[in-house]
Amino acid sequence: MKYETVIGLEIHCELKTKTKIFCGCETGFGAEHNTHVCPVCLGLPGVLPTVNKRVVEFAIKAGLATNCEINQYCKFDRKNYYYPDLPKNWQTSQYDLPIAEHGWVDIDVEGEKKRIRLTRIHMEEDAGKLVHSGTNIKDSASSNVDYNRTGVPLLEIVSEPDMSSALEARTYMEKIKAIMEYIDVSNCRMEEGNLRADVNVSLRPAGSTELGTRTEMKNINSFKSLEDAINYEIERQTEVLEDGGEIIQETRTWDPERGITLSMRSKENAHDYRYMPEPDLPPIVTSPETIEKFRSELPELPDARRARLEKDFGLSDYDAGIITSSRAMAEYYDAVVATGADAKLAANWMMGDLLKNLNAEAIDISKSPVEAERLGEMIRLIEKGTISSKIGKKVFAEMWTCPDAPAKIVEDKGLVQITDTGAIEAIVDQVIADNPKPVEQYKAGKKKAIGALVGQVMKQSKGKANPQMVNELLAKKLDS
Amino acid sequence: MKVTKEDIANVAVLSRLSVSEAEADKYMGQMDKILTYMDNLSQLDTESVKPTTYALPMQNVFREDVVRESLDREAALANAPLREDGYFKVPKVLEG
Repeated sequence: MKYETVIGLEIHCELKTKTKIFCGCETGFGAEHNTHVCPVCLGLPGVLPTVNKRVVEFAIKAGLATNCEINQYCKFDRKNYYYPDLPKNWQTSQYDLPIAEHGWVDIDVEGEKKRIRLTRIHMEEDAGKLVHSGTNIKDSASSNVDYNRTGVPLLEIVSEPDMSSALEARTYMEKIKAIMEYIDVSNCRMEEGNLRADVNVSLRPAGSTELGTRTEMKNINSFKSLEDAINYEIERQTEVLEDGGEIIQETRTWDPERGITLSMRSKENAHDYRYMPEPDLPPIVTSPETIEKFRSELPELPDARRARLEKDFGLSDYDAGIITSSRAMAEYYDAVVATGADAKLAANWMMGDLLKNLNAEAIDISKSPVEAERLGEMIRLIEKGTISSKIGKKVFAEMWTCPDAPAKIVEDKGLVQITDTGAIEAIVDQVIADNPKPVEQYKAGKKKAIGALVGQVMKQSKGKANPQMVNELLAKKLDS
Repeated sequence: MKVTKEDIANVAVLSRLSVSEAEADKYMGQMDKILTYMDNLSQLDTESVKPTTYALPMQNVFREDVVRESLDREAALANAPLREDGYFKVPKVLEG
């Protein structure tokens, strides 16, 4: 039987507020353990939590940026479970009245546009971190807990099961990341756990509309793990079904080192969360005016920016899509163009040498050795005819390892394009004299033979002759 | 009876309580009474009444996103039954 895959994602996104969601403790990453804690986030008896206003603002903006309806009346609930990373024994979250619902984002997968619906976005608090003592988890008889992260504000962004491949899931998560970065509500540093996903995967006979039994993998914190875990799970479930077995609804853990998912064998009734309205936090009521004010403060979002780059600068849909796919990339592009460099050349250089080098060395664009300003200056040198595009590649490679300005590199290395007719003419004459064969072929009507001669001139000039002038001069001399 | 012995056992597990046989019988009777009372309430017509989500006439109680001093780590750990190197130490918890 042929199966189709159904995937839904719950993305947890840490908000970049200065303080925690219900208390004034700092949120910064990497502080000494148990130094960003207070009676409220430690869950001591008798404390009263108070909602951080910024969290509500960020949540509403995230909802608006993903086409959600904002609930004018929302409230917090207690999600009860026992785990030592949660000192209160409940997580303050939102159950039946979340801040935002019924949204969507569009993704592009291999040239196809697809709409992924969002079920809801809700606010909640993050849990602490367990640090296992001993040489490995199995050996240690105890765990140590750091509560610094307890109470850091999170958005949980829940999708409908609208994705049907690992690539779609990845593209969707990249889109959510880009939007959260654009609206500046999260740092989205996956290596710091700012953005992580619980992924639900199920299979069903192709064409069926009923959902199959799903498995869930929690806390996936890289795009690669997301794709690998989904692909593994598709393979595993297919095998189980083809052998006549049944999928068990369960939580599985992704082991990136072994490249497999493993059953957590947790007791099912452990997931009876017994939600109840949070009596310590009054409801949040947001007026339509406030919602509209937040909407007016939203910056240009990835889709709009992409459309603008296509319209204003004539970039291809593909190039504009890549350039706007992250805030850092879009800002880099803007900075290149701001130097006065041609917008299309800027896109070409970014899509070409820059991304090739960044990818090869796995460097994020925000840490690119060739800064936007220098790339812009170099492009302007090409536009002015000081160097050719070909020499540009040399200058770019040079800039990659040295901090000099492109103009200085061109000068130091003697890369200035030769536009002096006399100098080029001398080389052209020499090349004509030394290469009788292509000259004859050209004169006999084989016009293509001129290419070999142009190549020779460029070689003799070490790439510095202006190619257009070389062409013109050669043709003039051969045709005369 | 609306409440079975299994319900009591299940609730006890979820609440991390150990309940003896005799206690289970006692709680079963008590919980049954509570649920019967709820049934009485359910007979009221609440069609036009909005569900209550919060009992006090309050809304939008916020704080600004301003850092306040956290506890000193020693103070934070003062009541911990066990600690190790500035961490709260707990029995190993591993699912599965």
